[in-house]
Amino acid sequence: MTGTHEAGVVSPSEHTPLVSGANGDIAADLDITNEQQLRYIAGQAADARVNIELETEGMTLNIGPQHPATHGTLRIVARLDGEQVISAEPIMGYMHRGYEKLTEVRTYPQVTTLINRIDWVGSFANEVPFILAAEDLMDVEAPPRAQYIRTALFEMGRIANIMLFLGDMPVQLGGVTAIFYAFRDREFVLNQIESATGGRFHPNFNRIGGVKDDLPAGWIKETKTAMQKVRDFCDEIEDLVMGNEIFQSRCRGVGIIPPDVGKAYGLSGANLRASGVDWDLRRDADSPLAWKDLDWKVWTHPDGDSFSRFWVRLQETRESSYMVEQLLDGLPSGPIMAKVPRIIKVPAGESYVQTENPLGAMGYYVISKGELTPFRVKIRTASFSNMSISPWLLEGVYVPDIATILASLYFILGDIDR
Amino acid sequence: MLSTLLALNPPYWVETLTKIGIGLVAVLLPTGALVYLFLFKMMSFMQSRLGPMETGPYGQLQLLAEFGKFLQKEDIFPSKADRFVFGAAPFVVLVSTFLLVLVLPAGPDTHFVDLNTGIYFAMAVSSVSVIGILMAGWGSNSKYSLLGGIRAAGQLIAYELPLVLSVVGVVIMAGTLNMKGIVAAQADFGIWFIIPQIIGFFIFMVAVQAELTQPPFDMPVAESELVTGYLTEYSGIRFLLFFIGEFATAAVFSAIGATLFLGGWTIPFVDANAAIMDYIGPLVLAAKMIFIAFLIFWFRITFPRFREDQLQRLAWKFLIPLSLANIVVTAIFKVVF
Amino acid sequence: MSTTEEDVVAEVKTDAVREAIAKTFAEELGDDFVDQHIVPGSDLTIRIASSAWVQAATFARDKLGMTWLDFISAIDWMPSPFGREMDAEQDWAATGRDADDTEMTTGVAGGDTRFQMFMRVYSIDEHIGVTIKADVETEAPSIDTLIPVYPGASWHEREVWEMFGINIAGHPDLRVLYLPTGFEGNPLRKDYPLVARRVKPWPGIVDVEAMPGEDEDAEGEEGAAQ
Repeated sequence: MTGTHEAGVVSPSEHTPLVSGANGDIAADLDITNEQQLRYIAGQAADARVNIELETEGMTLNIGPQHPATHGTLRIVARLDGEQVISAEPIMGYMHRGYEKLTEVRTYPQVTTLINRIDWVGSFANEVPFILAAEDLMDVEAPPRAQYIRTALFEMGRIANIMLFLGDMPVQLGGVTAIFYAFRDREFVLNQIESATGGRFHPNFNRIGGVKDDLPAGWIKETKTAMQKVRDFCDEIEDLVMGNEIFQSRCRGVGIIPPDVGKAYGLSGANLRASGVDWDLRRDADSPLAWKDLDWKVWTHPDGDSFSRFWVRLQETRESSYMVEQLLDGLPSGPIMAKVPRIIKVPAGESYVQTENPLGAMGYYVISKGELTPFRVKIRTASFSNMSISPWLLEGVYVPDIATILASLYFILGDIDR
Repeated sequence: MLSTLLALNPPYWVETLTKIGIGLVAVLLPTGALVYLFLFKMMSFMQSRLGPMETGPYGQLQLLAEFGKFLQKEDIFPSKADRFVFGAAPFVVLVSTFLLVLVLPAGPDTHFVDLNTGIYFAMAVSSVSVIGILMAGWGSNSKYSLLGGIRAAGQLIAYELPLVLSVVGVVIMAGTLNMKGIVAAQADFGIWFIIPQIIGFFIFMVAVQAELTQPPFDMPVAESELVTGYLTEYSGIRFLLFFIGEFATAAVFSAIGATLFLGGWTIPFVDANAAIMDYIGPLVLAAKMIFIAFLIFWFRITFPRFREDQLQRLAWKFLIPLSLANIVVTAIFKVVF
Repeated sequence: MSTTEEDVVAEVKTDAVREAIAKTFAEELGDDFVDQHIVPGSDLTIRIASSAWVQAATFARDKLGMTWLDFISAIDWMPSPFGREMDAEQDWAATGRDADDTEMTTGVAGGDTRFQMFMRVYSIDEHIGVTIKADVETEAPSIDTLIPVYPGASWHEREVWEMFGINIAGHPDLRVLYLPTGFEGNPLRKDYPLVARRVKPWPGIVDVEAMPGEDEDAEGEEGAAQ
């Protein structure tokens, strides 16, 4: 305690008696008591030090930025009380690329190349709202064949994206096998996207007024085979993962989002549909793409927990595969590009188009001054709003549930950070 | 053992040294086989990929390569770690595994030690590994390792009970704690204990999965936030020792399960006391061990992991009552029939 | 969208809905309702005084059923003095502008100041949304927080604060969202240059080699910086 010797170790020869008595015997007695007293106090101090170090209240757990549980570099700072989370705060920005500033210096075709990379797994779906907004301002309408091709590629982007989710969420929970199946079966879809557009992840296929090229020969037949494989995969996952009791016990009742809270935070896509809100921009928004010609169904689930988010996405994938087949069956013939000038100058105006992207509702608010470049593009991404609910949602859950909830919300870092 | 097997009569110390050597081989060889067969190959094939293929034909030398890799790594001690506790932890875990193999009978006369309380000794010794894990968690001087170690210790202690209780059913049916006696009882009855003791077998497998901290019970180890829990600070040889310990324990527990439930080294329709069984017995036991290990690793690859509280609930509220009921039913049947 | 005869009836119908919504806003906000812009069948934009920001949002949420928050952001109407960096001269020569030209034009529903906040809310049941714009002062721009109305506004407002420098009055936790702590400047303002183009110029047109047998004068601009 005095610092000159180890706490608790008092060598008899060194101590000085705290109380000196006139009588040697009494002094001798008191010396022993001194030593015991010192030992006792030293022992208490050592215990106290250990107790403070072992203090589990208010322990801060730092998850990330490099971390297997997050799709990219996201940092979550969680204050814990033993096993329970008191507060959890996501810290993002590690992937912020400044898209909104970049769009101000790029011409419209260049912007298309750029925004492919916002949600890099949903490939084609990122370009569509922007192109639709620009077409709206230019008062150009793409021919029907181009709209059908766009819709087909959009849905295939959705399938590729959600298949990754279906494999990734079990991995977050510890079941390592599902993700290999997901990546294996995703290859078929990505191969099809690549053979049509030239890029697996970043197709850059949309042009203002239509699409860049027509479909290659044999594509329709191969894509139908790929869609069948997607459906087989969905059946397999339904059996292997959703039917697994451990998966269900980890996910059911975890991370329940009431629908009005979800709406106030701007949640969209499967996250909101899993809370029972029947809203799908493919059906409800007025869009030139071909969804209104198809016969399909919007899937909702009343529970609002992590399991229902998984369930809704699985059903959506299957539904998308049917939609792609219908699109390919009904593909109209005709040109694939409307007449647009070579140098694209979008007339002055403002336009906002929002579509049902794989991750949620993605929108582009394009403000144009009639120049080669947009004046301001506000990119409304789904994962940004989806993640904004996580501080509210992660309060009071157990530490393992953080992984479950984040996995079920399904965000892509590029979508949050832009 | 050597006197009957090789018709020699060596002095005691020669026999002991030989047994030690054979014991080491008996643990490490199946461990290596398990790692290659199940971790590298079966896991890969089930995940629709090939696994290591470059090192040796079909990746058979991968284990050697991993061994060499771990050997040449730096032996790191965290700065404020308790050096003795930190360093001794992997050895404590390994010691309990190597001691377990002592009571495994591999033939009518092929055994290391013929203990009358064989299975009791095995269960007791296997608990020692819990101390090793706590030592690893404490000695790392890191809050997260300590939490991981405590979680692991809680899980292991919770699943000790179903493990032991599931064995009690077998013991009641065999009427003896002696491992050789249990094998002999299965040979006498004509059926392996897995059939009457199917519930006991199920509990045993679940408890073994938890004792090995394999998925679905690997929350202490594989929780992504805690890196690898109590193993976080270990690297190089010490990590290799833990790794070997995990698979060696899997091998030995599989062998114990094979002895208790699958008839050990006996083959049906072959006389259990034939001299030839001294040489074939180990091979038969190895085959059965591989089968049970296959089950363990199959579950490992397939299932997601339990949350800590769900895990404890499973042990205390489901497995223990079930195993007690199993004991009661077994005892009734034993007395009545 | 292109209008044809059949669409006229539909146009009028949707028009009516949006007109009605604009009218209820005007009634609710009185003098604070400044302007409106309706694209028939497509969108409704209203501009209000910034003092009525929270009131308009509350009204939209409670009375119009627009419970879904789309986004909250801002626009800087000042024309950029940098343009497209290397290609700026070429752009401006075509339109007769130059770097010092600061004539500011604002978009639909007008605007008087350099900074304008805009937000969008949407009604999931009616499938109708409204974009609400509000001017904020150029010196020390500030607006009230919408967190009491829509809890999800927190992150959007933090982004507006760090990117535009518009202060959000009443925000409980105003700190940077994307930028590193201690970052100076507001990147989305037009007078903040695109640093990437300064540090490493856009490659531009690369040197084009002549085909063999053609004129040997190598074409191509000096655009490649390397």
